[in-house]
Amino acid sequence: MEIGLSHFLSVAAVLFTLGVFGIFLNRKNIIIILMSVELMLLAVNINFVAFSAFLGDLVGQVFALLVLTVAAAEAAIGLAILVTFFRNRGSIAVEDVSQMKG
Amino acid sequence: MTLAIFFFYLLSAVLVASAMMVISSRNPVHSVLFLILAFVNAAGLFVLLGAEFLAMILIVVYVGAVAVLFLFVVMMLDVDFTELRQGILQYLPIGALIGLVLLVEILLVVGSWVVAPEVAALRTTPTPTLAIADNTAALGRILYTTYIYYFQAAGLVLLVAMVGAIVLTLRHKEGVKRQDVAAQIARDPATAIEVRKVPSRAGI
Repeated sequence: MEIGLSHFLSVAAVLFTLGVFGIFLNRKNIIIILMSVELMLLAVNINFVAFSAFLGDLVGQVFALLVLTVAAAEAAIGLAILVTFFRNRGSIAVEDVSQMKG
Repeated sequence: MTLAIFFFYLLSAVLVASAMMVISSRNPVHSVLFLILAFVNAAGLFVLLGAEFLAMILIVVYVGAVAVLFLFVVMMLDVDFTELRQGILQYLPIGALIGLVLLVEILLVVGSWVVAPEVAALRTTPTPTLAIADNTAALGRILYTTYIYYFQAAGLVLLVAMVGAIVLTLRHKEGVKRQDVAAQIARDPATAIEVRKVPSRAGI
């Protein structure tokens, strides 16, 4: 039995689903939601690299590199907003975020 | 080849298990540690796929920077995490249902999908064989030539993220004395020294 493209795609699909499930499960805890988003981006990256490896095209890895960059930037900005929000409100519950409007 | 199969299943199993622990762990610190484990295993999968450079970048960027950032924030914020877990069972059924539907849909797409026969002719930059260049050299060759603008844009994204994070979190406390270099340099004897005529036995 050979490890094929569909094996890697299946692993990435399971990982992506776990990320979505994590957002539903930890609806109140914004830190876990950020980690779930990271998991989903990791699943996308696995897809990119798997296609790149099995189709023999290197551009997929370049795009995975860009996805990695954007994911790192997103984590940094998200955590900075989280810290600022915690300073102002004293909590990180997602329900309180609606008070930011207006 | 059997070794590759063994490692694929080992890495995927640990990856999925640690991802499950990330979303279900009671303690957020444990979540971050399992996230690190998940990234390390994904890096192993990348090595299996022959993308060594991305695997090492994943270790350096995620385990070295992003996960540690998460760990800092989790430990720095004084939050009652048990309170945040209330109502978790309320969302469990609907979340599990949507997750299951999503998983079945994606797996159906993955299972019934075939590569078009003419796809090999459409490759823009075919992966060179190991005799010509290894993964890192090949990636560098196209990243710094064909895709230089995307590379610069990625750098710009990181710059904006850095400036944004600093602007958001930097705050000046009242009453803290700061060094003002310009004021120090602009000082001259006329402003710094005052000459007084002191009368004898009188003092100032």
